[in-house]
Amino acid sequence: MRDTLLQIKGLEVQFETRRGVARAVNKVDLDLFAGERFGLVGESGSGKSTMILALLRMIKPPGRIVGGSALMQGDDLTQLDNEQVRQTRLARIAMVPQGAMNSLNPVMRIKDQLILTMREHGEQGDNAQLEARVLELMEMVGLKPHAAGLYPHELSGGMKQRVCIAQAISLQPQLILADEPTSALDVVVQRQIMQTLRDLQQRLDATVLLVGHDMGLMAQFAERIGIMYGGQLVEVGPVEQIFHEPKHPYTRLLISSIPSFATKGSFKGIPGVALSLLDPPSGCLFHPRCPQATQRCSITSPTLQEVAPGQDATCLLYEEEEHAPTA
Amino acid sequence: MPPLLEARQVRKVFHSGGGLFGSRSETVAVDGFSMTINDDEPAFITIAGESGSGKTTIARMLLGVTDATGGQVLYRGQDLVTMNGDQRRAFRQEVQAIFQDPFEVYNPFYKIDHILTTPIEKFGLAASKDEARDKIIEALETVGLHHEDTLGRYPHQLSGGQRQRITIARALLLKPRLIIADEPVSMVDASLRATILESLHKLYRDFNISFLYITHDLTTAYQVSQNIVILYHGSVVEAGHVDQVIKDPKHPYTQELIHSIPVPEPGSQWIEEAVEEKDESEASAITANGCPYAPRCARAMARCQEAKPPLYQTDSGRAAACYLYDSDPVLEGEDLTTVLAAAASEKA
Repeated sequence: MRDTLLQIKGLEVQFETRRGVARAVNKVDLDLFAGERFGLVGESGSGKSTMILALLRMIKPPGRIVGGSALMQGDDLTQLDNEQVRQTRLARIAMVPQGAMNSLNPVMRIKDQLILTMREHGEQGDNAQLEARVLELMEMVGLKPHAAGLYPHELSGGMKQRVCIAQAISLQPQLILADEPTSALDVVVQRQIMQTLRDLQQRLDATVLLVGHDMGLMAQFAERIGIMYGGQLVEVGPVEQIFHEPKHPYTRLLISSIPSFATKGSFKGIPGVALSLLDPPSGCLFHPRCPQATQRCSITSPTLQEVAPGQDATCLLYEEEEHAPTA
Repeated sequence: MPPLLEARQVRKVFHSGGGLFGSRSETVAVDGFSMTINDDEPAFITIAGESGSGKTTIARMLLGVTDATGGQVLYRGQDLVTMNGDQRRAFRQEVQAIFQDPFEVYNPFYKIDHILTTPIEKFGLAASKDEARDKIIEALETVGLHHEDTLGRYPHQLSGGQRQRITIARALLLKPRLIIADEPVSMVDASLRATILESLHKLYRDFNISFLYITHDLTTAYQVSQNIVILYHGSVVEAGHVDQVIKDPKHPYTQELIHSIPVPEPGSQWIEEAVEEKDESEASAITANGCPYAPRCARAMARCQEAKPPLYQTDSGRAAACYLYDSDPVLEGEDLTTVLAAAASEKA
């Protein structure tokens, strides 16, 4: 069994709007192991991005963390004060943003912004040491040393994303959060960037939490997958099990709706409309769209249960099994 | 009878620079694109390419929104630039557009009804209000929407998928002959993509409407289209029947593109297999005359730098612009029409 790096328990993030309270992250339990690549999947509004913002303590009003904990090496991330948050970001938890285009300061050379962020987050060394570190980082992410002296507009999209990865690993964090880091890039560049991220993750023995909705990318990159729907984690398990033996009806529909080169002309969408967080259904959040829903599903909220070795699902289909007399 | 829409050696050059830094430069966005869409048999053609390949510029020139720098776009034999009022009106009805962003096309102050009643009024499609309403309900049902859920609402009350389907319903009201759809599903959630693509495919299948599907996503292109045209830096590098191009790509660029797609099947070597990485800054140096892909191509030869390869007809329904196939016949005038027609008949 691998060591647990991060233990999320009952995490809840709410947004208080004029039209009511939206539970963007709704009592999520999730353990991330040290050195694993975990993929968190969900449609827009499923809460996957809010989750990682909560871990970084970047939820802004009207949103706030209202409950639960996220334990990382003895510290509850939800309870850190501002100074502790500053020391945690980058040094222990770093983020590779979605739009590398907008995440770099346009009027600073790459080298200078890398040094500045390292200093801001507690790096002590003198300028010469940090410049040497920048060159080392350039090499690690596959950029030529001269790129350090350039401005962001002189770099291509792929190169900018590499700079963002260099920044994320600059203080050797144990946890790297990546929110659709390649969604703005072409597929050829995407593959190079994901390979770079994988190599660095292995070199640093860091955990990567990759958030996105590209199931192909998840299948190739992640070792374990978590599926979110309406702010809840509906299923989690090893990537092969999620793709080959999905248990939750939503996961099943999601997997069968992925277009691929294997089948043609079959259009399988997920029926129904995505739920409104402001007006969620009673019972299981997925029941109005679920082909296997029963009367009970509109009344009882399921909880995350183990459904196969290492695989958990939030669905009453499996809770019933547990209570069956033959079991 | 002249074809419904025809592009003849269409070219687009953008000028940039000339400011404080650097010199004035020219970017060839589209370099001699030709294609024919006939009225008598519907076609579902994908134009695929990565960002900067010129696919959107082609769509905009075919729609008459962007003027071509060279070449011609003809609607029923008439150059788009010199159309008279009646011809323009007919063109605006028969050739419809669906754009990428289902949030941008709506005026937030108008109810959904407005976007559907306006074309009916402008084109005089209904004699009475009741007839107009029936037509709207019918169009909404064709794309899988209930009028109770959509009419009378404001855009912000609908999801992205619903909005995109309403733009399709709007296009459908006009009984077009051709719909040019530029990345219609890229901003829609994965679970809804299939539903929207199915709506489009249904219009092709049941209403004989031709489609030009502009996308970077080869997987959805494979699902819906009959023919595919792969662009690279403004030039067609490969075109033909979608099964042939996707399953057995000939051009090194198409091969690289298809191998780069992460397949939704765990356990492949996508992340392991070493990819040849070219220095991106060097890769941008494209020689003016040569093959645009040569700087990145693992199989580039000396002649690739010297002259741009023509399209070679590698199979009856496919062509590739690469000297690796120079033993095959050259496609005259780079006209894809014959190849695509052959590819279309192979399907049947």
